[in-house]
Amino acid sequence: MDMKDRLKIPRQKMQEQSPQERIKNFREVPFGYTPELAMKEAQRCLQCKKPVCIDGCPVEINIPEFIRLVAKGDFTGAAKEMKKTNSLPAICGRVCPQEDQCEKVCVLTKKYEPVAIGHLERFAADYEREQGKVEIPEIAPPTGKKVAIVGSGPAGLTVAGDLIKLGHQVNVFEALHKTGGVLVYGIPEFRLPKSIVQAEVDYLAKLGVEIKTSSVIGKLWTIDDLFKEGYQAVFIGTGAGLPNFMRIPGENFNGIYSANEYLTRSNLMKAYSFPEYDTPIFSGKNVAVLGGGNTAMDSVRTSLRLGAENAYIVYRRSKKEMPARIEEIHHAEQEGVQFHFLTAPIKYNGNADGWVTSMECIKMKLGEPDASGRRRPVPIEGSNYTMEVDTVVVAIGNSSNPLVPQTTPGLEVNKWGNIVADEETGRTSREGVWAGGDIVTGGATVILAAGAGKKAAKDIHRYLENV
Amino acid sequence: MNEIIELKKLAPQINLLELSVPLITQKAEAGQFVVLRINEQGERIPMSITDLDSKTGILTIIFQEVGKTTAHLATLKKGDVLADVVGPLGIPTHIENFGTCVCVGGGIGIAPIHFVAKTLKQMGNKVISIIGARSKNLLILEEEMKNISDQLLISTDDGSYGHHGFVTDLLTQLLSEKVKVDFIMAIGPVVMMRAVCGVTTPRGIKTVVSLNPIMVDATGMCGACRVTVGGKTKFACVDGPDFDGHQVDFDELIKRQSMYLKQEKIAMERFEKMRVGPTKGGAA
Repeated sequence: MDMKDRLKIPRQKMQEQSPQERIKNFREVPFGYTPELAMKEAQRCLQCKKPVCIDGCPVEINIPEFIRLVAKGDFTGAAKEMKKTNSLPAICGRVCPQEDQCEKVCVLTKKYEPVAIGHLERFAADYEREQGKVEIPEIAPPTGKKVAIVGSGPAGLTVAGDLIKLGHQVNVFEALHKTGGVLVYGIPEFRLPKSIVQAEVDYLAKLGVEIKTSSVIGKLWTIDDLFKEGYQAVFIGTGAGLPNFMRIPGENFNGIYSANEYLTRSNLMKAYSFPEYDTPIFSGKNVAVLGGGNTAMDSVRTSLRLGAENAYIVYRRSKKEMPARIEEIHHAEQEGVQFHFLTAPIKYNGNADGWVTSMECIKMKLGEPDASGRRRPVPIEGSNYTMEVDTVVVAIGNSSNPLVPQTTPGLEVNKWGNIVADEETGRTSREGVWAGGDIVTGGATVILAAGAGKKAAKDIHRYLENV
Repeated sequence: MNEIIELKKLAPQINLLELSVPLITQKAEAGQFVVLRINEQGERIPMSITDLDSKTGILTIIFQEVGKTTAHLATLKKGDVLADVVGPLGIPTHIENFGTCVCVGGGIGIAPIHFVAKTLKQMGNKVISIIGARSKNLLILEEEMKNISDQLLISTDDGSYGHHGFVTDLLTQLLSEKVKVDFIMAIGPVVMMRAVCGVTTPRGIKTVVSLNPIMVDATGMCGACRVTVGGKTKFACVDGPDFDGHQVDFDELIKRQSMYLKQEKIAMERFEKMRVGPTKGGAA
């Protein structure tokens, strides 16, 4: 096909559940491409000589190559190509902010819409899995070196996948009872089906990665214990820590959740199936979610599925500054979420039994840009008003988890308690200890955590060759 | 691992559970807790550690049937295996040679206070224990407490055994006898811990309490267990469970503990119905 014809093809959309239908269930929203749609979309790729999209990918997938394989119908080949550098393509295809990464720099964006790289990634990975075509890649002969990975989220799983292929023995320690970290406790089923996470985890297990769940490092074993047990390298990817709250009066009224708790109850513990599952969740009729990130969108959309009549996003800046993915904001809008922009809560009111009944808010206006480059919200005096709420979900980020730093002498942390690690290698202040993901950066994305894992794995491998 | 070695009734609704968890017993100390999950549908519930034996790898928990999960747990049998036992969690109780210590345990709280009292005694403290229950048949570990205490005082709410009244009556009396007390640890229902602190705050005697708020992950991620201590939000799973009792907002804790009363009732009724039916109890 010549260039002109390629440029004539419009960007292909995935079919999805209608908003009216999907807010009544927890099933995934988009259905994914059919093989025909995928091949059509893949033909839009111009196969640039100097592909900039690869630079936009934190795990450096050879994007034009896998798309070329999709275009000619070799979907399994495409999946194999992606897996050379990305152990988690079915996950990344769903939750990566492609619009800010690979698709942002696609040359088509200048005049047309970018190639739907994320949709294609998802399609090829799903095809391979659903057709039972997942193959075990070549694994280097055993090196006799042992690596411990603390936390089984996107960072830890990436390190595990990369190092096992290089012939090292890899053991993953997970504090929760399920493997996957934020992929299982945080991101809802309707955005990332848990069966897909499980399939990726099973794949790593097939490669020989050993995973110990319900094993809290910092309590059951310290990092030093792991070295005594014969591990030569340790990667710390413990993820999000204690949730931040607004520090305003009434924060501990019943009905006020952190997003971490609200999502963990719903996703990991399956509270949406209470009482078949034992874990309860309280989710009322008027639910306000504080924050503007993906976690806030996940929470507010969960509240609709749990029966909210009014689901609000309360965000102190304007729509433009929201850190959430455009697609998530769009899905939330379609589902009827009400957005209160330039609004900040200043106080919760409650009843005698200790339940939240309303939230006092103040309107904001945008002032000068702050350190993050976004315009700082400034309260407008006298603009206070009250919102009736029975549930509040606070989704304004996390601080760090103290368990590993507290019990690891010599491990440097910054003033927020995040582990200090070299940006290029993930090395920490302790010899033989690497760290990456949210425990280093604070709340970020799945793919940045995977990217950090990738870099750390490379450096750990170099290190192990010399010990 | 996670196998039930022993499960028996100590008193109505009060059960002793021994679990084989060798790794945890290597590390656990007095004041810490574990999280249990019975099966795939189960919730994660925190349980205080009553005792442990690192040689046999057996951890002892004493629990009361207060809701669906604990009622279900009580129906399990020797040899059943729990889906998960996570721990040891929380910061161990700070124990040193304080001098004279008073250990106050109420109801099911006698179980964890026993572990603390035993450890205090091993550290060379003089240990005066005050234990209480609603009624004589609900009083647990009397013999065990007697064995590790220099002095043991007992109360029951209904007067069926020991002093007729509350543990705080005995504590007030003890403190008025001019016994010099250096350290007090109180574990029991929140109202009891609040009452103990009501007695000790004006006297300025350091009082540590062990809090039991609702938890989910219990490893410093979800924030369910937040409590107000000294006007600040603390997370009982990683900052506690022990706190300076004089600083704790007990009233808030009582309200937060009642958050799921409605759901607990639904779960319990459903469980009762299923128990009557042909389904057998047991870990799936």
